[in-house]
Formats: sequence, C-alpha cells, structure tokens
Amino acid sequence: MHEHDDDLDLVEPERYELLERPAYRFDVGRRGFFRGLGGGLFVGATFAGTPNGASARPSEPTGSTRPRPARREDLSAWLHIAKDETITIYSGRVEMGQGIRTSFAQLVAEELPAPLDQFRVVVGDTALCPYDRGTWGSQSVPRQSPILRRVGATARQLLLELASQHFDVPSGELEIAAGSVTHTASGDSATFGALVDGEELEAVVEDDVDVIPASDWKLAGTPVPKVGARAFVTGEHVYTSDLRPDGLQYGMVLRPPSFGADLTTVDTSLAEAMDGVTVVKDGDFVGVVAPDPGTAEAAIASIDATWNESREDRGVTDTQFSRLESRPVERMAWRTRTETHRGDVSSGLAEAAHVVRATYRIPYIAHVPLETRSGVAQWTGSNKLDLWAGTQSPFGNREDLAQKFGLSEANVRVQVPDMGSGYGGKTSSESAIEVARLAKAVDGPVKLHWTREEEFTWAYFRPAASINARVGVDARGRLVAWEQTTHNGGLTGLDCQYRVANEHRRFQPARADLRQGSYRAVGSTANKFAAESATDEAAHAAGKDPLEFRRDNLDDARLIDVMEAAVEAFDWGADKPNGHGFGLAVCKDKGGAICNCVEVAVGDEGEVTIVRIISAFEAGPIINPAEVEAQIEGSVIMGIGGALWEVIEYGDGKIHNPRLSQYRVPRFSDIPPMQTILLDRRDRSPSGAGECGIVAIAPALANAIFDATGERIRQLPLEAGLRRRIGQRQRR
Amino acid sequence: MEVNGTVHQVDAAATRTLLDILRNHLGLTGTKYGCGEGQCGSCTVHMNGAPVRACTLPLSACFGKRFVTVEGLADGNELHPVQVAFVEERAMQCGFCTPGMVMAAKALLDEHADPTDAQILTAMNGNICRCGAYPPILRAIRRASERMRGGE
Repeated sequence: MHEHDDDLDLVEPERYELLERPAYRFDVGRRGFFRGLGGGLFVGATFAGTPNGASARPSEPTGSTRPRPARREDLSAWLHIAKDETITIYSGRVEMGQGIRTSFAQLVAEELPAPLDQFRVVVGDTALCPYDRGTWGSQSVPRQSPILRRVGATARQLLLELASQHFDVPSGELEIAAGSVTHTASGDSATFGALVDGEELEAVVEDDVDVIPASDWKLAGTPVPKVGARAFVTGEHVYTSDLRPDGLQYGMVLRPPSFGADLTTVDTSLAEAMDGVTVVKDGDFVGVVAPDPGTAEAAIASIDATWNESREDRGVTDTQFSRLESRPVERMAWRTRTETHRGDVSSGLAEAAHVVRATYRIPYIAHVPLETRSGVAQWTGSNKLDLWAGTQSPFGNREDLAQKFGLSEANVRVQVPDMGSGYGGKTSSESAIEVARLAKAVDGPVKLHWTREEEFTWAYFRPAASINARVGVDARGRLVAWEQTTHNGGLTGLDCQYRVANEHRRFQPARADLRQGSYRAVGSTANKFAAESATDEAAHAAGKDPLEFRRDNLDDARLIDVMEAAVEAFDWGADKPNGHGFGLAVCKDKGGAICNCVEVAVGDEGEVTIVRIISAFEAGPIINPAEVEAQIEGSVIMGIGGALWEVIEYGDGKIHNPRLSQYRVPRFSDIPPMQTILLDRRDRSPSGAGECGIVAIAPALANAIFDATGERIRQLPLEAGLRRRIGQRQRR
Repeated sequence: MEVNGTVHQVDAAATRTLLDILRNHLGLTGTKYGCGEGQCGSCTVHMNGAPVRACTLPLSACFGKRFVTVEGLADGNELHPVQVAFVEERAMQCGFCTPGMVMAAKALLDEHADPTDAQILTAMNGNICRCGAYPPILRAIRRASERMRGGE
C-alpha cells in the first residue's frame, strides 16, 4: 500500500516505486471479457520488465490458439479486434488534453495497418482498462509507446498467421494493409474482422517481437488530426461536470472558514426542512444533496455552524520563504532529506575566482484547471460504488475509496470522462470521497462540482521553495563548485546539468503553510529557476556572455543540441532596441530537453512585455508533431503565468485571491510571437512532452529582465519583484 | 426564452443564472462553468446576436430574449466555418474552453468580417485557455475569417 502522510499531504509522484500497489485481480474473468466484447482477438502486453508469464504461438491448424492463461495483473495495455472491424486499445492512462487518444492510435496503427477511424481508444476505466498508477510524469508516451508497438506488431503477426491458415498459403505470400490481409498472387483478401469472426483468441506479447524501427515510421511521426475534435467544437463532448444521468441530484459541502478549523456546533434544521434536501453529517464533514444546484446552495447557506479556528500561526504570503527555511522536517510523506556530494565543494568555492551567493524564492501557485474538479457517484446497495471523476489517477481513487468506505476494490468502479485538464492538480481523491459520501445518503446518482473558489482553496498548490545557492567559477569562466539547498520545492530538477567537479546538493523537506502536491514538472519549475538563474549570474560574474558560458560548461549533447537550435533561430547576437533584453535557459526534464530564448521589453515602472519566444525541444522520436508542438507551446504559455504574475496570497489560514479576477493567468494579449522547433531524434528512446516545456521559461525571462535592466530578480513572480525593485530605486 | 430556435418555459428563481438554467434545467451542457464571475469566457453564449457571459446573467434579464448556444451553431450536420476552422487548426487541447472560444469568435466575425489584430484581442481577451492553445486558436479565427469572406 502506498505510504500517505495525512498531515502533510504531499503527493509527489516522482518515486513511482513507492506508489506501487499490489496487483489487482481482473474484474471480469476471461469468458466474461469475451462475452462483453463479443469474441474476436485479444492481445495483451505486460509491463516492460515483468516476466512474461505466457506466450501465444498460433501454430495449430484449426485457427484457434491455446495459450497458457495470461496473468491479468501483469498486463499494462491490451487491444481487441472485433468482427465488426473495430480495433480497441485499452490503456489505464487518462486523456486530459495531451492527445494520447491520437498518439496511441497512431502507434498501434503503424504496426497494425488499418484506417485510423477503425480505432477506438478506451482509457480511464478501472473495470475495463489495465492497472495504471496515474497519468503524470509525462509517462504516457515513454511507458506505453514500446508496449503499444509490441501489441500492434503481435496482432499483425497473429492476423497473418490466421490468414495463412484461412487461405492455406505460407504467410510470406501475404500482404497486410488498410485493415485487410491479401494473398498477392491470387488476389484473395480478408478483413481483420472476417479473420477473427467466430473466434475467441487470446495472446500475450512476446518481449522480443519485432517492431518497425522509428526511422521507418510512416504514420507515427505525422501530425494526424486530433481524434474526436468535432465533438469539442459542437459542445457534444461530455466532461465529468456535464454528466446528467437520470435521477441526478446535486451535492454541496459546507466549508470551514479557514484551514485547520474544527466544527464545534452545527444546526442543519433549516436545511433538513427544505423540500427534497438530504443533509449529511459525519464528524466535521457536513454536506447536502438537493434536486437542483440552487436548492443545494440555499441549503448550505442556511446551515448555522460555529467553528473553532486554529490558533496556530498559519503563515502569510510574505513570510512563506523564511518559514520554509526555519521549519525543516525529517520526512514529508515518503520523501526524506536527500543529499549528494561530489568532490570538495568548500575547497572549490574557496579557490574560485568568483562566487555567486543567492537565494531564489518560488511561491505557492495554483494549477487553475479550467474545469474545476467534479464527480458523480452512485451506490448500489451499501457496498458497490460507481464513480465518474475528472482525476489523473482512477486506480488511485479506487483504492482510496475502497479504503475509506471499507469496500473491496472489485466493487468500486472509477471512470474518467476526458477532463478539462489536470496539470498535476487532479491526482488526489478528496472530491471523489466527498461525492461518494454524499451519494451514500441517497438513492441514485449525485454530482459534486466545485466552485472556482473551492478549487483555489481546497485543492493542493505547487510547493513553494526557498533555494540557497553558492556557485563558484574560475578565472576562465569554468564552473568549479556548485552548492545548492532546496527547502521544500522538490527533488526533481535538483541534478546538475553542467560539468562541475565539486557539488553538494541537498533537498530539505519542510513544514509547508499550505497543502501542496504535484504541479506540472513537480520540483523542476523551482529548481531550474534557481539553477538557470544562478548559471546566468555566474556567467556575468566571470564577465562572460550567458551563451558562451553555457557552451564552455556543457557536455550533454541533448542540451547542446536544443540550445544551438534555439539560439540560431533567435539570432542571439542581434542588436536590441533600448530597454530590451535577451535571456536564455536550457534544461532537461523527464527525459526531454528544452531551451527557451526570449526577448523582453521593460517599461519605466517595471512592466514586462515579452517580445518573442523561441523554444527548441527534443524528446526522442516524435509520434505526432502537432500534438508535441501543442504541448510545448502550451507549457511555455502556462509557464509565463508562473514566471511573471501568479502567486497565491494567503494569511490566517485563508486564501485571499481565490478568484480569476484576483489571480492573473496568461491571456491572448500576453502571448508574443512564438516559434517552436522540434528536434525529431528517432535514434533515441521516446520521452513525454507534457511537462518539460514549462521549466525553462521563468529563468529565461529572469535572465532577459537582467539583460534589459541590470536588475536581478530572484523571486517569482518576476513582474511584482521588478516593480518593487524599480520603486525602491526611484525612492533613493 | 428562446434557445437555439426553441421557446422554453423556465420555472426557476429569478436570481438563478442563465448558465445554471442552460446546463441544469435545459440539459444544454455545451456551455461551461469556469469561474462564476464572467472572467474566463467558458460560458459565452449569444443573446440577440451579441456575446454575453451566461454565468453573470440572471434569469430575470432573459425574458423574451433570443439565445444561441454552441449546440445551436451548426446547421444540422453542417458545422459553422468557425467550428470547421477550429478542428482544422487543432485549436484545442483539453477542449474545455472551446465552446466559449467558438461562440466569442463567431460573434467577433459577425461584427468584423476582417478583424484587425487589435479587434481580435479585444473580442477574445475575455476567454481563457489554460492549456495555452492561444496560437492555434488565433490561426483558426483568421482562417474562418478568410473562409467567410469567400477567400478559400
């Protein structure tokens, strides 16, 4: 079972092995599976690295295989070919805008050639799909890509063997294309559906099945249109918050006035007297279920509650960083203090020609998914639960619900309708548990749809960080020592990407003021803001151009490639108008490499206008260039918000800016001309693109602001910091 | 009130918002809730041809008005040029902002067939896309504008 510290609810899914859960029993037995699907051919693939317990060799002449039974709990993806030609891919991942429906179909179709409209991708259903820990960490493509290719290749092999038996010719004389297998010489042909009709065939992928090398891809690697796009523009696409099953009622939860408040008295009599309202009281949890949202709101408003608010010092925005430094903890969830040493940092610093000493500060910010979290729950009896939820971790939610309500997991089904984005913010189960609790009190389905204020207050935030760095450079501009301590923030991105002989890096967990959890790229937005700002400061201390400095100190070919591609497109050496500055940052994250070059213009009061952004990105072979470009561009744009304006203001256990009118996110007018260069490296293994794009934009902007103004802003958000600095300058 | 050509009798408190009525009483869930304060544009619909934020419009202001939601934009199976352009330009990732974007863009092009960049920004700046699909959305708007002027 996963370790879960309830006090400090940090969900940091980097240490995947700690989230490993025991293998599940498959809900539907093999016969039931085929009954549900109506016969056909089923191909499953194990997790990479687990022993393949079974294999299929369809060598018997009757066209049916008798494989040793596959262990369902080892399977990580499966595919089904039905007699009606539908090819269904099942994956435990979820779709939240990153386009895996499209890329998964492309990957399989590359190996198993059939028109793309014959493919269906089923994701996010704990009853139908293979177990998956959760959709985070940009892992959908790198983990599922090799598996899906092997699944497709195995299916291709099996269909060729079936056709070989069917036509009674050697399989070498057969051609497979466009959903059919053809015997070239005679012209006989059979569709996939015809070949599997009447069969119940099952196979598990062999680890050594041949797949088409990425360099030969014809379909994968092309920008095929987004699957299901039409439904988005007509409003037909159904999100969790749109579900309206028969008999639906609406739930709402009574919220405390501040974090850490205890309920002392509650009078729900007015709510109970309202027509159709059910009141749920369970310790500090108080909620209502009503026939319509208006009645639910009125019922909640009618509740008279008194709370014992916490007398603890819960911190304020302005002191968050010093509080992180002064309140270290040994463990945060499963994350302990982590240190790496190499060489002798003290000597390195002592002997350095220049030493940069800096503290970088990264505040709590919110994910702001456009769809606030929501769920629909329905109980059957008292021990069977159905939940539809916009969650990144349907299997995680299932486990949490089973635990909370004392159910067996087989009796909990979680389905994820594609959701209105997550960005790492929808991994936890709090709204699922809330709606399940409310639904338990009534018959029929109940929907809970958080308000924007609830989303800004009761979800978790990106961890704040205070990062101390001392960086030593020799007289030639070579890094000689790097000492970094990250308080809170995270471990991801703390690694050093430059050549340096002496290093001491420390991640120190801390007691955070606010509930925190994974954000897009987890700790990297904090650690890379610090690292790439410090690198720039070291360059300037040594009198070097930031690009030249990086060229002198980088050995990593992937970083060099993206950096050179970006600076060339940007024209790093070009002249700049007055008040303009150039900035550069290059980083790796989750196996991808990103470089941002930016040009900014700074106004007299410190207003920052971004003039242009160049992004260069590489993550192995590109399955769908249009989707990857969308992810990188989208991440950079999201990152602009965190870099320039976003900050959660809080005090007395309350969030002071829980509204879009008070929390600035990037809009159309904030977007400058952007160019995104994608490096397609088919010789490398694939990495995901969902997060890497967000990690370099903040330091690139900080570096550009320094270039434009001479002011080094070491705290995010940058614009507020710059305005303060300019205000101080003007008052002197 | 008339919605997408059909007249509805709505029986609800006058203070309920049009968004609540559309989604929860009329079952038209294409129009989305994003913020409840008219800041994100997800709830954009047309009232007598002009774009409005349904989340800030009380039912009392809706009597006798003619509304069009995203569900009413297409002509049967035939998508509106704005919708076609959004699909062709892949102008969405999670797609949650898309109905609001499409409605705001259509209203813009109805008023300015060949909008300047400034007019596009003024019309669209009230619509947020958190996934950051702004560049392809702008390309879709320009493409739709060209098509509607007979350019393609």
